[in-house]
Amino acid sequence: MTNSPFTPGIAPARLDAGTLSENFGDLHAPLDAHEALVAADRCYFCHDAPCITACPTSIDIPLFIRQIATGTPEAAARTIFDQNILGGMCARVCPTETLCEEACVREKAEGKPVLIGQLQRYATDTLMAAGTHPYSRAASTGRKVAVVGAGPAGLACAHRLAMHGHDVDILDAREKGGGLNEYGIAAYKSVDGFAEAEVNWLLQIGGIRLLTGRALGRDVTLDELRSDYDAVFLGMGLSGVNALRADGEDRSGVSDAVGFIADLRQAGDLSALPVGRNVAVIGGGMTAVDAAVQSKLLGAENVTIVYRRGRDAMPASRYEQDLAASKGVRIIFNAMPVAVLGNGAATALRCEYTRAEGRSLVGTGETFDIPADQVLKAIGQALDGAPDGLVLDGGKIAVTGAGQTSAEGVWAGGDCATGGDDLTVTAVAEGRDAAEDIHAMLTNAG
Amino acid sequence: MADLTSNFLGIKSPNPFWLASAPPTDKAYNVVRAFKAGWGGVVWKTLGEAGPPVVNVNGPRYGAIYGADRRLLGLNNIELITDRPLEVNLREIKEVKRDWPDRAMIVSLMVPCEENAWKSILPLVEDTGADGIELNFGCPHGMSERGMGSAVGQVPEYIEMVTRWCKQYTRMPVIVKLTPNITDIRYPARAAARGGADAVSLINTISSITSVDLGSFSPEPSIDGKGSHGGYCGPAVKPIALNMVAEISRDAETAGLPISGIGGVTTWRDAAEFMALGAGTVQVCTAAMTYGFKIVEEMKSGLSQYLDDSGQSLNDLIGRAVPNVTDWQYLNLNYVTKARIDQDACINCGRCYAACEDTSHQAISMSEDRVFEVIDEECVACNLCVNVCPVEGCITMEELAAGVVDQRTGKTVSDDYANWTTHPNNPGAAQAAE
Repeated sequence: MTNSPFTPGIAPARLDAGTLSENFGDLHAPLDAHEALVAADRCYFCHDAPCITACPTSIDIPLFIRQIATGTPEAAARTIFDQNILGGMCARVCPTETLCEEACVREKAEGKPVLIGQLQRYATDTLMAAGTHPYSRAASTGRKVAVVGAGPAGLACAHRLAMHGHDVDILDAREKGGGLNEYGIAAYKSVDGFAEAEVNWLLQIGGIRLLTGRALGRDVTLDELRSDYDAVFLGMGLSGVNALRADGEDRSGVSDAVGFIADLRQAGDLSALPVGRNVAVIGGGMTAVDAAVQSKLLGAENVTIVYRRGRDAMPASRYEQDLAASKGVRIIFNAMPVAVLGNGAATALRCEYTRAEGRSLVGTGETFDIPADQVLKAIGQALDGAPDGLVLDGGKIAVTGAGQTSAEGVWAGGDCATGGDDLTVTAVAEGRDAAEDIHAMLTNAG
Repeated sequence: MADLTSNFLGIKSPNPFWLASAPPTDKAYNVVRAFKAGWGGVVWKTLGEAGPPVVNVNGPRYGAIYGADRRLLGLNNIELITDRPLEVNLREIKEVKRDWPDRAMIVSLMVPCEENAWKSILPLVEDTGADGIELNFGCPHGMSERGMGSAVGQVPEYIEMVTRWCKQYTRMPVIVKLTPNITDIRYPARAAARGGADAVSLINTISSITSVDLGSFSPEPSIDGKGSHGGYCGPAVKPIALNMVAEISRDAETAGLPISGIGGVTTWRDAAEFMALGAGTVQVCTAAMTYGFKIVEEMKSGLSQYLDDSGQSLNDLIGRAVPNVTDWQYLNLNYVTKARIDQDACINCGRCYAACEDTSHQAISMSEDRVFEVIDEECVACNLCVNVCPVEGCITMEELAAGVVDQRTGKTVSDDYANWTTHPNNPGAAQAAE
């Protein structure tokens, strides 16, 4: 170790390798068989259970928990995968505290929901550890579908289409499939290369070609896809990043949080990753929390999240806020950045307090500076390079029904499309439902 | 602190919590530990005839069933009577009784149905200074194949005969332990009474197979791939035991016969219920085998607090519920209740709805936003919703006052007592006197 948390500027190796490895281990250790049984015993097997309603993919949660409780986690995994083929990743990254576990009647009864997310991981890990794929393809239909984007929406869509006997080509601009699962999630939520392993496991169904390094607009056009395939599904996510529009945004040390997170996920050696001594993260979503916590885990001395609204308005859940606080991240509410200070490189972030005036925010005039040699922007992503000819709505591809775009034969889902929260689990639901719609169209037309 | 001192057949013990004849009372080491822990008495594990002792299997003796979180609800055993030499047991009984004179020391016995067998063992037991004997007519496994245990308890004539021999050949009080593996517990109890028994104790264990291994297809516990029925005990058998105790308490021929209650006693509350149905003492085994002897502290403090809070003495409690045990035909058909759901306590799980809608009377409605309400027009007050609700006290049964119209039947509730014996639908109904 050559550096420490107190080394000025942006520097790698602030912590020794052992500490880094410990910091980036599993956020929640997986339940062992005994813990899973104890946790499963707490499920009341509710009628028309609220947790199912709260799940964007409508997993039959009481059923899969009962299957765990009766010693058949593999059957439980089937129940999960039937609705959500990325149930393994969702078990790790879903904000369960605002979805199934918030709805759990045990949360209402005693403030301690059934550990649905961890039980889902127990079931899916058990089945996936066997190395076999539980689904097989229907007889080939001879139909071909192009899926743009190998993220959660695209993978879910492709798997469901393949299951119905269609041939699928997935095109992805990056080197690896997985999308945000691979590039956009905090490392401690998906350890041991799980995202990549999950993609490989999913592809075992057959009938899917994953074509990486192929970007829509750069390497192929939507018109070409529409003529070469019987249907097209767009699930390329939001690759653009919103600008800060603050003075000094171009100083060195200022970068996008998504890039920081992606670099961290792809890093072979965490001690080679540079991080600031004083890190300021701007934003209030999961990306902001992921970037801030990981900066702290890399050894930054001070990490501050600056969010322009109050705690209750913060998109990151209270659970995520508490996680950040527990790692030593400070969250400043009701403040917005006005300038990045420094002489070439950033040295501080100047912020101004805000107050709500009607539906908009205005500065109060009172400013303060926080030391910052690294500023990470996590103020939202935007659709980058939407194909011509598609109707947009609020910067996203407008869809109706099960993901139908304004162009015939073109569906869209996930973050790049309108509707639903920008969550992995929502993307999976949209990809799956679009696949069923495409399948219906292909079979009716056939 | 309520006085828990017990006097059962003249046998005094500092509290009514005895350990039943079973593995925990097989030798001095365990019994002394039990007495140190505070148990009021023990029934020493069943002694057999002099000579080479019985042998036990050398594989598993117990099987179990579990509730949530692996809570042991039922235990099954295939252990036989003591497998230690008679003289060793007698010597230890004598020593322990000498060292612990204030504790009840009952000795369980099981010898063949021959007068001489009983005649010869009784003086040996008497010589130990034990307070009484318990005749093991209950064990359903192993010994019953040799004509002992429940094989005796299933034949009232044998019970009466052996009890009479024992009363003839010893001055010690005789407690007859009954098997539940019969169709009507009153017959063996009456036989014991006719034979002169000072008391009965019940229940012994219930013949059972706890589970089958779905890989090897052997019953559990498995001995080299085969299993034999065992005796079932623990919390799961308590309702069966309570009913049998009550049947004896309220039977004209056995009313007043002292009872030592056994069967799933796990907490002070279980013990109090047995006592309310007529038991003078209770005997415990599975709870001690599950949690150790220390549980007696909770039993003593709980029973004491309950007696104090309710202003009862131990003797007030014994048999207090017996007058309320009756035949179905005498239950008041004019007692009308309806389920009531406390919406503040409800956690919206919907189990009441599923149970009522799928398996009962469609008397609970469910709204879009998961509010569950009782439909009085359909509710027959079956209580299933109360039973399946995970929140204690959330659903209760409310009695309809006289004069109120029962929305289900359209009839005005009467405060007159009326039962099946006089109901017009009963072909055998007695005509009301003019």
